[in-house]
Amino acid sequence: MTASPETSAQGETGQKIRVLIAKPGLDGHDRGAKIVARALRDGGCEVIYTGIRQTPQMIAEAALQEDVDVVGLSILSGAHLELFPRIVEELRSRGLDDVILFCGGIIPEEDTDALEAMGFSAIFRPGTNTRDIVSFVYDNASSE
Amino acid sequence: MSDLIERFLAGERRALSRILTRVENGTPEGREYLRQLYPRSGRAHTIGVTGSAGSGKSSLTGALAAELRKRGHEVGIIAVDPSSPFTQGAILGDRIRMQDLVLDPGVFVRSMASRGALGGLAPTIDDVVAVMDAFGFPYVFVETVGAGQDEVEIAGTALTTVLVNNPGTGDDIQALKAGIIEIADVLVVNKADRPGADVLVSQLRALLSLAPSEGREVPILSTVATTGDGVPELVDAIDEHRAWLDSSGELEKHRRQEARHQVLSVAQRILLDRIRRGTSEETLGELVAQVAGRDLDPHTAAEQLVEQGELV
Ligand code: B12
Ligand SMILES: Nc1nc2c(ncn2[C@@H]2O[C@H](COP(=O)(O)OP(=O)(O)OP(=O)(O)O)[C@@H](O)[C@H]2O)c(=O)[nH]1
Ligand SMILES: [Mg+2]
Repeated sequence: MTASPETSAQGETGQKIRVLIAKPGLDGHDRGAKIVARALRDGGCEVIYTGIRQTPQMIAEAALQEDVDVVGLSILSGAHLELFPRIVEELRSRGLDDVILFCGGIIPEEDTDALEAMGFSAIFRPGTNTRDIVSFVYDNASSE
Repeated sequence: MSDLIERFLAGERRALSRILTRVENGTPEGREYLRQLYPRSGRAHTIGVTGSAGSGKSSLTGALAAELRKRGHEVGIIAVDPSSPFTQGAILGDRIRMQDLVLDPGVFVRSMASRGALGGLAPTIDDVVAVMDAFGFPYVFVETVGAGQDEVEIAGTALTTVLVNNPGTGDDIQALKAGIIEIADVLVVNKADRPGADVLVSQLRALLSLAPSEGREVPILSTVATTGDGVPELVDAIDEHRAWLDSSGELEKHRRQEARHQVLSVAQRILLDRIRRGTSEETLGELVAQVAGRDLDPHTAAEQLVEQGELV
């Protein structure tokens, strides 16, 4: 593969899908989040990765400052039903009603309805092919 | 006046964030925002933080911002990370080192991808800096991508350039070879908790004595970004450089040089756009084929391209 022939010394302007990948709570399982971040980068997105141990306020504040189109939460600790509503609340209180929310990790099937009701558009569980995740982002986020 | 501009002028961070995106993307809307906001810029002290990959630029920027907050100032930060030349995507991870600042309403951190720009910055960096400046942050930091040899663009973008070095990495030799030391207004030996910091300080001092001085001695400071050691002194040195710029007349010189550079480089981009739009893929393809086949040299082909393109 070679670098894009369109890339000039000054670089390119234009629109890019910006995605925040965040790990809420005390959950230290970060392999999945990093793999998803890399897959989205390889899919051409600009991915802001915040690292582990993020509070709901930190995630919402990062989403605001970075003006992301999509927020992806990765959680394997089982605390999603406690943490996710607070994150949604923090996003709303900052006026970020239009960001696309999705998530992945260890999330029991029976929680799907609750998460959808909160505004999550998709849930990706262990074994997901990252290609499906990238397609989801491109199908749902058009940067304006 | 648009609603977003009104909200921006009222100090709403979400409006700042949205305007930054449009200005970064260089959309017509973004250019209109920049046109309206540009007259309000020029007040901030812009500070570039550059140095090799992993030298501690993000940690140090975070520590500097924390110190400035203690002194009662608000801080804007723009952190640039590289885009992949293959997929044009990017992972922007500088925020990870600035966690303590995330919930401080006096700090705003924005990550930017380099989007193929050479020089360690991003295509629209100067526009994005102007918007942060216009928002009213008295200090605006710009962290470059991990720079090595000739990423010296930052010296134009920022009023004060801080060059971060590490002990035990051959940074002194790098600096000598690359001439990058000449863009430094303040030199920092970060990771001073590691062995060899004193040696590096004296090596850098020796190097500086060879470089032409502009009537001002470049200070060398030791820091440990992760603990904050040496950071208050570094803030003082950055402030002193600004005071020197003001009193020596260098500030005006810098602003003029930078304005000239920006006008010319935007003009270059506009011309290239026009040429691209005024040329059919077919024409371009033919010229490219001739060059690839060695029937035509690239200069002659480019001249033909420029002459054929409609430059209006
Ligand atoms: C590796 C591992 C660890 C490693 C983690 C290393 C690391 N840095 O990540 C170590 C050994 C440190 C570890 C520790 C613990 N672990 Co562990 N660990 C696992 C294990 C075996 C695999 C996880 C993994 O890395 N998978 C590979 C990645 C690529 O897959 P993934 O994360 O699922 O991600 C994929 C999808 O889920 C999705 N996805 C994930 N995130 C996101 C985000 C978005 C936005 C999207 C779109 C998609 C997406 O896409 C990815 C690609 O397909 C799982 C069991 C399992 N099979 O999942 C247990 C597991 C997660 N661990 C578990 C436990 C209990 C622990 C400990 C509490 C054990 C203990 N008592 O100390 C500690 C807690 C550590 C901590 N601080 O949080 C439990 C969790 C139980 C629960 N939730 O109810 C599990 C499920 C094991 C089990 N069956 O009991 N663990
Ligand atoms: N021991 C020590 N480690 C440090 C110091 N400053 C930064 N680090 C560590 O160095 C590593 C890189 O720090 P960053 O701040 O991410 O460096 P950077 O220059 O921003 O890196 P890039 O943006 O990737 O080029 C991290 O693990 C930091 O914790 C320091 O003064 N001492
Ligand atoms: Mg960094």
